[in-house]
Amino acid sequence: MTEPWAPPEQVLADGTEPLLRTEKLTRHFKIGSALSQKTLHAVDEVDLSVGSRQIVALAGESGSGKSTIARLLAKIYKPTSGEVYFEGRPISSFRSRKDRLWYSGLAPMVFQDPFASINPVFRVSHGMLRSLKLHRPELSKQDQLAEAERVFDVVGLTPPADVLLRYPHELSGGQRQRVGFAQALAMRPKLILADEPVSMLDVSIRIGLLNLMVKLRDEEGVSILYITHDLASARYVADRLIVMYAAQIAEAGPIEEVMSSPRHPYTQLLLSAAPDPRAPLGVGAETDRGEPPKVIDPTPGCRFRWRCPLAMETCHTVTPVLKPIGVGRDVACHVAQSGAEVKAF
Amino acid sequence: MRAVPRVSRTLADDQPAAARSSWDGGPILEVRDLTVEYILENDVVLAVEKVSFDLAPGEFLAIVGESGCGKSTLLFGIAQLLFPPAEIVAGSVNFKGRNLVGLTDSHLTAIRWRDLSVVMQSAMNALNPVKSIGAQFKDAMRAHGVTSEHEIAARSAQVLQMVGIDPIHLKSYPHQLSGGMRQRSMIAMALLFTPDLVIMDEPTSALDVVAQRSLMVQIKELQRDIGFAVIFVTHDMSLVSHFSDRLMVMYAGQVSEVGATQQLFDTPLHPYTAGLMEAFPSIRGPKVALSGIPGNPPNLASPPPGCRFAPRCPKVFDRCRTEPPELYQVDGTLVRCLLFEGGAAPGLPGRDTAGSAA
Amino acid sequence: MATIEAPGGPGAPGQVGGPALVPVGGLPAPRGGISGARSLRRMARAITANRKATVGMMLLVVFCFVALFPGLLAHDSPTAEIYGRSLGPSAQHLLGTTAFEQDIFAQVIYGARPVLLIAFGVGIGATFIAMLIGVAAAYLGGVWDGVLNLVTDVLLVIPAFPLLIVIGSYLHGATTGVMIAVITFVSWSYTARQLRSQALSLRRREFLEAARVRGERSLYIILVEIIPTMTSLLVASFLTNALYAVLFSSSLQFIGLGDPSTVSWGTMLYWAENAEAFQSGQVLWIVVPGLCIVALGAAFALLNYAFDEIGNPALRPMRRRRASGATRVTNAG
Repeated sequence: MTEPWAPPEQVLADGTEPLLRTEKLTRHFKIGSALSQKTLHAVDEVDLSVGSRQIVALAGESGSGKSTIARLLAKIYKPTSGEVYFEGRPISSFRSRKDRLWYSGLAPMVFQDPFASINPVFRVSHGMLRSLKLHRPELSKQDQLAEAERVFDVVGLTPPADVLLRYPHELSGGQRQRVGFAQALAMRPKLILADEPVSMLDVSIRIGLLNLMVKLRDEEGVSILYITHDLASARYVADRLIVMYAAQIAEAGPIEEVMSSPRHPYTQLLLSAAPDPRAPLGVGAETDRGEPPKVIDPTPGCRFRWRCPLAMETCHTVTPVLKPIGVGRDVACHVAQSGAEVKAF
Repeated sequence: MRAVPRVSRTLADDQPAAARSSWDGGPILEVRDLTVEYILENDVVLAVEKVSFDLAPGEFLAIVGESGCGKSTLLFGIAQLLFPPAEIVAGSVNFKGRNLVGLTDSHLTAIRWRDLSVVMQSAMNALNPVKSIGAQFKDAMRAHGVTSEHEIAARSAQVLQMVGIDPIHLKSYPHQLSGGMRQRSMIAMALLFTPDLVIMDEPTSALDVVAQRSLMVQIKELQRDIGFAVIFVTHDMSLVSHFSDRLMVMYAGQVSEVGATQQLFDTPLHPYTAGLMEAFPSIRGPKVALSGIPGNPPNLASPPPGCRFAPRCPKVFDRCRTEPPELYQVDGTLVRCLLFEGGAAPGLPGRDTAGSAA
Repeated sequence: MATIEAPGGPGAPGQVGGPALVPVGGLPAPRGGISGARSLRRMARAITANRKATVGMMLLVVFCFVALFPGLLAHDSPTAEIYGRSLGPSAQHLLGTTAFEQDIFAQVIYGARPVLLIAFGVGIGATFIAMLIGVAAAYLGGVWDGVLNLVTDVLLVIPAFPLLIVIGSYLHGATTGVMIAVITFVSWSYTARQLRSQALSLRRREFLEAARVRGERSLYIILVEIIPTMTSLLVASFLTNALYAVLFSSSLQFIGLGDPSTVSWGTMLYWAENAEAFQSGQVLWIVVPGLCIVALGAAFALLNYAFDEIGNPALRPMRRRRASGATRVTNAG
């Protein structure tokens, strides 16, 4: 408590500012009637960062806050407190239409539901051309069309001129998600906020989209914040993994490290519960019937303590804070921070 | 299989308890050539074509496939829950000796819930949001002739305990329970009359990973204790890999492969099954580039002649495009692929096959 | 007052695929709902396919034609009082004459125009105002929603017909234009409510969020993204309002609140009633305009039913086709 607390890995080793970082990002919602007002904590004091040409996976179960973070970053919600810095500039300062447009072109969002994220009434070209008109007005009509065809090609929608003229219901789910990525790509973004882009697609189609994301990072130099509840797909594409639980970050670090030696009991639980046909079933966590809590007016203490077999005295009274325990590894757990070995699940 | 340091047992290894004495042997469900069509204004869509299989008492059969393959339609066809424009146009569903297809509603009601029950995909859609759980159990029991209040209360408490919920929740409303608990109450409701067969349509898809696993374990335990058979439909193969006895893979309305679960995972025969296996990125194994299965499933209003998977198959050859394959028996697995015609296994995937390449 | 804004989250994680009837392969699914740009072609096809719609449309077309070209059909003047009193039907006067020596047939023909003007005027006007107010209220939310809702609800609660009577009597004989304005004023609130509900259900749809994130302005989103998806509801509201306009205006004219000097079916009824046409045996004078009102109303109602069926396939009459050997899809060949 006396040592100066440095936000983990906020400033890169060479002192440069990461592409995106959040500082104590918080979002609460008021719920309940006028008589009994309660506060739902959707995101609590989250510090995370995304570098350039990096895919960061933000993993957690539903209710963990990951989707809310995406919407906070896309400026759909305003934070209750805390700040988001994009290339060093706080995004709350983007008030004018020009600034907001500039930001939304650099950090566009791709949505989860391929059936609901495109307006069914218009051809697919409609959204594309609007994006280009708003974000790249310097291009002429011809150039805009050419650019639309180019990005369709990059995401694998061929022949591009043909697909542009289709209506959404004539495309498959996988194709529609590619359209979502194409629209984002057309704005020449630096960071794509992908909110569970593959969870509503068939398994054999997911791989195509996941490969596309890797391609975008490698060939187009785009960073992606990949929000998901599926650790296996996170492992397939991401460089770093951030695990969220009950509105807070539980653990963060390079993905291979976190998945091969998880230090937070919740990460261990997730990994053990994820079905993997190639490994025998571990029945160890049979007793865990719990579910992630809805964080309403929480009391201090670790929010995982009810399900954690390693919970100590401190866990019930002091909320753990995300602290580095290795190079680029952060964890918010009293047991892990004390240096003891964590073997929960 | 590698040894794992902590306690581990593969639940599928356990033998199911003996079926209830009301059925003495033989498969509890025999589906023969079941065919379901969607009769639309301009098209007739062949959603399920000539599906046949048997189900032994106490067996856990998983039906997997992607969207549009017909697995849910098949399930509803078996349970006689299809509504126009969907219609069973051919085939039979023999449940404990009686053909369910064409039975009148009153006959079906006698069987439903007592011998055969259904668990739907989303509990929030299947449970009445304005009635407490206990009230819904009461409704179900009353509808099937149980009138004694005492019996109703006792049985309701009993089934809730079976699924690991405190009976105090009989007074709760669905929205007061968590997602996992709601699904468990659906299962409890399905077990009110200890049926011989429980049909489940993706009951875990609305749950998170930990709750999913815990629910599967629970279902398996209940199956061991009570002895009912389960037909479990899902799009997620890995979910059932440790729980099902047999696995049936569907593609474009047909059965493409069916056999013992472990065998299918170890040596998938049909190129589609093999492709599906390849499409799951692994959590623990080595990280490899995957490619999925190119293309899209066929339009069921006008399916391709010959094998339906031919346009996407990496092992396709000329005959595949014109000759629709039957189900061929290979070592206890049935597979619908011309590569295995005549029951011979010309080569497992990965090795050169005897059939000439296109 | 705190509002509940649900944290936007995914629906059911892991739920794969879309509506059950649309295989990923892209079967052209018979989707319910008429939408935007290609709506006209679809509507035309839908109308010819549905019997109710065809009948309704034909009736409507006939009336429109009559309203547009009355001179082609009626050779006599509707207002001239020179044809002889209370004559029965004959070759020169197909429906006879009134007690004021006017030709009934000419009156019926010329009387169509004001009625149709009112029907279309109110239909379009009420729908337009309702659309602006309802959708804006839903999309903007917050204070805007509250204010617009208040206005809508107040008008909604006041009973329409008594209000019309009050306004009508205050205005001493409403001409067609006034009639349109008055009835529109009374009718828009009901439709506004409906459109608001529909827009509310769309508000959290991801394509609207996507438009927002793309940087579109609110007005653009309302006009270009939301409203075109509501075309079927807008058409339905036009038809309903037109129907009620016909009935309301005729009723008002019948009780004498219309402009007695215009020739319209409702005023014909008014005069006929005044002259005790029924009692004196001049049945046609009352019955024919009444039938016309009914027929026009039926045209709108039939079209409305038909659009319901088009929009909601579940309402369509079941036409069970036995799949014969010839039509059954097979694998062979």
